[in-house]
Amino acid sequence: MQRVIVPGLLAVAALMFARAPYLIDAAPYESTMGLVQKIFYFHVPAAMTSMLSAFVCGIASVLYLWRRRPAADHTALAGAELVVVFGVIALVTGPLWARKAWGVWWQWGDARLTITFVMWMIFVAYLLLRRFGGPGSEVMSAAVGLFGMALVPFVYLSVNFWRTIHPTTDVVRSLPPEMAWPFRWSIVAFVLFYAALVLVRVRLERQRLALDEAYAALEE
Amino acid sequence: MTTALRAAWLIAAKDLRTEFRSRELVYTTLFFGMACVLVFAFAFAAPSGDAIAGVLWIAVLFSGTVALGRTFERERQNETLRALLLAPVERGAVYLGKLIGLMILLGGLELVLVPIIGILFTAPVGRAPWLLAGLLLSGTLGFAAVGTLFSAMLSRVQSRDILLPVVLYPLTVPVVIAGVEGTAAIFAADPRFDVARMWLAMLIFFDAVFVTLALWTFGAVMRE
Repeated sequence: MQRVIVPGLLAVAALMFARAPYLIDAAPYESTMGLVQKIFYFHVPAAMTSMLSAFVCGIASVLYLWRRRPAADHTALAGAELVVVFGVIALVTGPLWARKAWGVWWQWGDARLTITFVMWMIFVAYLLLRRFGGPGSEVMSAAVGLFGMALVPFVYLSVNFWRTIHPTTDVVRSLPPEMAWPFRWSIVAFVLFYAALVLVRVRLERQRLALDEAYAALEE
Repeated sequence: MTTALRAAWLIAAKDLRTEFRSRELVYTTLFFGMACVLVFAFAFAAPSGDAIAGVLWIAVLFSGTVALGRTFERERQNETLRALLLAPVERGAVYLGKLIGLMILLGGLELVLVPIIGILFTAPVGRAPWLLAGLLLSGTLGFAAVGTLFSAMLSRVQSRDILLPVVLYPLTVPVVIAGVEGTAAIFAADPRFDVARMWLAMLIFFDAVFVTLALWTFGAVMRE
């Protein structure tokens, strides 16, 4: 089953990513920011995929703590790694855009920037714990995943009381259709690519576990 | 429920009795907190309301981390963690007991640190004492609630000393934000008590959610 799904997802995502630059090029220039605004078509989908992955990791972590099924743990690990990967894309493209639009690379006290950075840090902590935690680290990191997910509303609330210069999510709804089309295209491409990566990573982790168990059985 | 609370209190009393006999944590965390304040006194030329609030919270959180690392280290060194977990009480009671013991210790630490900061930085710590105490206690509770859970889990891990802050600080960012903002609102030249009360409400909300989550997770994690 997975032999068909993963290559299929990857192929569709690759075709969509190949087509995306043409669509982004054809979209109209934003009135004040001009060419710089084009980074939006990759920056926002990357940030959204990263957030989606945080929820995948959080829910899988809760399921793992509750039922202790290895599959849930593998999904949580894949989710955490991809939060970091897509988070890096968002955190690199964000300052590049901010430098041109706001004149600064980074703006502490901005809701969306801070929440993205804190979430990214939490999932880096998840991976560090996993890497250096030794035996039993999957349970500990599951707790980090659970707390990380529970934290989102708090970070969001606490930073929202500050003044924010980042565009709110309302921007997405008010996009003119010529801009909305390449934006939605990019989102679908990112999510398909993300789904393929999760499936591959879960399978890899499952096989690694099976290999470890086979080694252990051989030595006995 | 009452038996669980009684067990929690007995565990906290045991921890405090051990602490009272050696005074290891009281002396070291207090001195560490003062060392933090000293470093910040030189890091900022003339700290204003916002910076003093930051100094106070960093001193509390850093010395809190030191204390957190030690509470379970003591159990591990004496091989009593297993005995504690084998005790015929609910897992949540063990967690609550550790949390209560830690809260009493950190509360005492804050009782000393706050006047020191008030004197050294001429900060208006007596302007709204109950509001400040509320912010500090609810902030410490949120920090200690997450910290006790991870400290317990990490007690069996080799590199626990470095992994605890790595995990704990990103997870307690809302506590730092709410605590510092609330305290800065009190310390400001033009104090805004309504703002401080709003941050206090958020800290209490945070505490309620995170203590509940930690209780459940502690039971789910410390099974073996």
